[in-house]
Order: sequence, then C-alpha cells, then structure tokens
Amino acid sequence: MKILVPVKRVIDYNVKVRVKPDGSGVDLANVKMSMNPFDEIAVEEALRLKEAGKATEVIVVSVGPQQATETLRTGLAMGADRGILVKTDATTEPLAVAKILKGIVEAEEPGLVILGKQAIDDDCNQTGQMLAALLGWAQGTFASKVDLGDDTVDVIREVDGGLQTVKLKLPAIVTTDLRLNEPRYASLPNIMKAKKKPIDEKTPDDFGVDVSPRLTVVSTVEPASRQAGVKVDSVAELVDKLKNEAGVL
Amino acid sequence: MTTLLVAEHAGGELSDATAKALTAAVALGSDVHVLVAGSDVKPVAESAAALTGAAKVLVTESAELANQLAEPMAALIVDMAGGYDAIVAPATANGKNILPRVAALLDVMQISDVTAVIDAETFERPIYAGNAIQTVKSGDPKKVITVRTSTFASAEAGGSAAIEDVAAPAETGLSEFAGEELSKSDRPELTSAKIIISGGRALGSEEKFQEVIMPVADALGAAVGASRAAVDAGYAPNDWQVGQTGKVVAPDLYIACGISGAIQHLAGMKDSKVIVAINKDEEAPIFQVADYGLVADLFEVLPDLKAAVE
Ligand SMILES: Cc1cc2nc3c(=O)[nH]c(=O)nc-3n(C[C@H](O)[C@H](O)[C@H](O)COP(=O)(O)OP(=O)(O)OC[C@H]3O[C@@H](n4cnc5c(N)ncnc54)[C@H](O)[C@@H]3O)c2cc1C
Ligand SMILES: Nc1ncnc2c1ncn2[C@@H]1O[C@H](COP(=O)(O)O)[C@@H](O)[C@H]1O
Repeated sequence: MKILVPVKRVIDYNVKVRVKPDGSGVDLANVKMSMNPFDEIAVEEALRLKEAGKATEVIVVSVGPQQATETLRTGLAMGADRGILVKTDATTEPLAVAKILKGIVEAEEPGLVILGKQAIDDDCNQTGQMLAALLGWAQGTFASKVDLGDDTVDVIREVDGGLQTVKLKLPAIVTTDLRLNEPRYASLPNIMKAKKKPIDEKTPDDFGVDVSPRLTVVSTVEPASRQAGVKVDSVAELVDKLKNEAGVL
Repeated sequence: MTTLLVAEHAGGELSDATAKALTAAVALGSDVHVLVAGSDVKPVAESAAALTGAAKVLVTESAELANQLAEPMAALIVDMAGGYDAIVAPATANGKNILPRVAALLDVMQISDVTAVIDAETFERPIYAGNAIQTVKSGDPKKVITVRTSTFASAEAGGSAAIEDVAAPAETGLSEFAGEELSKSDRPELTSAKIIISGGRALGSEEKFQEVIMPVADALGAAVGASRAAVDAGYAPNDWQVGQTGKVVAPDLYIACGISGAIQHLAGMKDSKVIVAINKDEEAPIFQVADYGLVADLFEVLPDLKAAVE
C-alpha cells in the first residue's frame, strides 16, 4: 500500500517567536523554517513501515508557498519516494488543507495517511481529524505505537489518563505524538539523491478548494509577560515566602 | 440560540474539565445543553444537571459510545447539530480528538484552545506555544470550539437541569476500542490540582523520580508533572507531561525541579499563580518566569523541603 504523509513548513522550534509591533501577526522575515517536528515523526513511521515490507511507496505532500519544496526535499532526503507541492501563498487553515488532502487521497488511494498531531505554528491539532471526517475514515490520533495489519491497524493513543488502544478499519488516518519514534537524520548521499526525486506541482484549484480563511484575525499580541521574581537562599526562606508572602502553602 | 457542550467523563464521573468548559460555554450568551454520551452514564448526567448554567442535560447510551471514540461521537453530535449555534468541548485529549471531526462534517473551521470569549463569534487563543495570543472572529454559521480549561473557573454546583434521553446514532463500524492502560493514582489530577511539583531530566532515573519527587508531592498533597525530557527518558509516564504538546496547567503553586524552562515547557505552566524553580544552573531560563528561584542541587534541597512543609 501507499502511505501519504502531509508535511508542513513551519518556523523552526528553536526560534524565539516575535510578534510584529503593529499586531498584524508574527514576524517570519529571515527566520529559520523547518519541517514541523511531528511531521518528521510521521515521515519516519511511514519509512519504517516501508522498510518492514508493509508499504510500497511513501509520498510526502505539502500545502504552502514555493519554499515548501525545501520541506518536501527534507522528507525525500529521509527516504520518501516522491513529493507533491500544492502551491499557494495564502495562509491555509486546517479545514482547507484537509479538503486539498482529500483530493490527493482520492487520486493516490493510499492505505494510510500519517500526519503530525499538531503544527507548532497554529497549534490547531485539527487537520488529521478533519481529513478522516471528510473521507469517512477511522482515525487514530496522538499515536505512540502503530501496528499495521492487513485490513486493520492497531494504534496506541496517548490520552489524558494514560494510553488507549484502538483497532481501526483500513484505510485510516493516524496522527503522531512525540514518543512514536525518533526520526532519522538524512545522510549526505541521501540528500543528494533527494534532489533527483520527483515533486509534482498542483494548486488548490486543481482540487476545487477555496482556501479563503473562515477565521478573521482581529489582532495578534504578545502574551502578558511574567516578571522574574527573587532568588531565595534556602529552603527555609522559600517556605517562609510561600506561606507568608504568596499565601499558597 | 443554544449551545451544545460535550461532557467529558471517565469511570462514571464527570470531569472538572466539563465544569470549566461550561463557564466558557455560558459566556457565549445562550442557553447551554450538556451532552453526556457513553454507557451507564446516568450518574454522570446527574452531576452535569447539578451544575449552575446547564439549562438541560441530554443523555445518549450505547455500547459503541462507551469509550467516546471519535467516529461514533462525531456521528452523534452531527446528528444533533441542527438545533445548535455553537458546539463546545474542553480541549482535553477526547475533545481534541472528537471536535475537529465534527467541525469538518459541518464544514466549519474549528477554533482550538480558546482562552477567552470576547463575544459569541470572537475568541482569543494562543499560537506558537503561547508566544502570541491571537484574537479571531469566526464567519462560520455555527461555531465549533474547544476550550483551554486552565483559564476558566469551574461552574458551581447548585443547578437542577432537566435530563432528557437522545437516541444513539447507527453504528459506524469504523473503529473499535481494544484496551487501555490508565495510570492509577490517589494524587490530585494534574489539570485541577492546586499544587503541582514537576521533575525534569535532572532526576536521572525513574527510581530517583519516585524517591525524590513523590515524598514532597505527598507532603504537599500535590499532583506530579514532568518535562518531556523526563517522560521521553521513561522517568515519568506520558500523561504527566506538561507543555505545548502535553497538559496545560495553572495551579496556585507550580514547583519546577531540574527543568531548564524550554519554551515548550513554559507553554504549559506559565499561567500558574506562583512559580518556584529549583535548578543548579543560575542561568536556567526557568528563573525568568519564577517568582521564587532557588539555585541548588535538587537532590539536596527536596528532602529539606519535604521536612519543612510536613
Ligand atoms: C515539537 C516539540 C514539542 C515539545 N513539547 C514539550 C512539552 O509539551 N513539554 C516539555 O516539557 N517539553 C517539550 N518539548 C521539549 C523541550 O524543547 C525541552 O527539550 C524539554 O522541555 C527539556 O526538558 P528538561 O528541562 O527536563 O531538560 P533539560 O533542558 O536537559 O534541563 C535539565 C535542567 O536540570 C538542571 N539540573 C541538572 N541537574 C540538576 C540537579 N542535580 N539539581 C537541580 N537542577 C539540575 C540543569 O541545570 C537543566 O537546567 C518539546 C519539543 C518539541 C520539539
Ligand atoms: N499546509 C500544510 N501542508 C501539509 N500538511 C499540513 C499542512 N497543515 C497541516 N498539515 C498536517 O496536519 C498536521 C496538523 O496540523 P494542524 O491541524 O494545523 O495542527 C500537521 O502536523 C501536518 O501533518
């Protein structure tokens, strides 16, 4: 079976995010961009399934500007077979991305789509669940283990009280949590090889999807900042302050 | 105008997250109906009916709903959605799993992790791990919202809403519950605890975590949290993780022990009322958000802290 892995180009997780002084958004000029960390885990999982002989082809897809090609190349350098760029300069919301992905799924007919659980820019945590809904497929979100069978997939999910296992009918959607695996680094030869792997270019129009946002951003502001407090010299002083100054003990 | 709130429950008990999300749902300005779906959930429905602000409680019982899996839950909610202008759930693992599925079926863009309700269509939510707060206005005819419970107070007891039955949807046959492994603990729950003590990579092993953090937690009656590094290394279970991709907490007192203060960790705890940091590196970023910082070796000072609070 084919496995489809949607990968998003986001601000690198090590970058300190700054809000633009005019409140219009976050400053993305000249900041380092990378593949969303959860999507690296998704690519890794797909590759492992292929290496285990359970999948035949791994396709990475990204919806975004021309530069999202770099993100696709990262996935190809890790070992994915080919890429699809759905080119748009608009800010895409999860609903629109899910609709585009639905179009790609209908064309490619993968047995499994593995997404990140959350993009670390919008922190939405929606796209996988939405895609599952639009396709009428089962979903295994926040996965920490994926066990792929012939007609079903068992997914261990990270839930609030611990872990839950669900058995899903295939084809299905899986979204990754951090502990699913440790993604590999691309080797130099693989980075070179990736340059020759094919990337198909599409547009949202090809799938008849209108990407106009449903949410209007009214403002973007810095959160209320916390002042650093005081250093205490001993446990006794700490407990005294917590009791008598802060009143929390 | 009516709002549907999807209740969260486990082990026959309504979660506090539901009471908090109810406060947000009431802020939308319409009557709130609370949906309790599962099997043997009559006691849960009664608890929900006793919350101030619930105008009505709707109960659906079926075996397929017993574990509140997303596929049947979404089918049920979408069946009922015609009568509602807004659908709300707490942003818990369940809420995050179910509600986007509902939103897509209704062709609505969900608003995730709402931290403030400005009016019935305008909301605040954090983005970039809480490094920015965005105010968004939804143009969708129905609003589908998950609520970050740490920023809303629990609705008080004292209500007496009517309870009505709602028919279960046809089985979806897509997914099946195949087991669970829940952490058992007599300690308070992370998301509703007044005091939390968290340990990081510095603990070094699961044994040390148990030996050093737990006695202090017991002495304080505190819940226990952990950084991702501690969870990844197996020192603490996954459901203890606090942060951007773990649980978001806002207790009266948060004590971070041997945690450096990465932005992804701060995202989950920086709204705590009072923050204490214990770290042997005086330059650790955690001190920038701590009200009280103690530069010390945690293995030396935590036993003293236990003794001092007992
Ligand atoms: C996509 C993504 C999501 C993430 N989500 C989360 C999340 O939800 N939650 C989270 O916590 N992290 C998250 N992280 C990880 C985060 O970036 C940090 O790596 C992690 O929080 C570090 O954990 P730590 O502070 O325990 O470890 P470290 O950064 O290694 O810090 C250990 C600290 O302990 C101190 N120390 C060492 N020995 C002692 C001692 N004896 N006594 C006192 N102090 C001592 C050191 O000075 C140091 O400051 C995420 C990362 C990514 C990429
Ligand atoms: N523009 C995009 N292109 C490709 N994949 C995306 C895009 N947006 C979201 N995704 C996928 O959906 C996941 C969840 O994103 P979100 O719902 O925005 O938090 C990500 O981890 C990606 O796997």
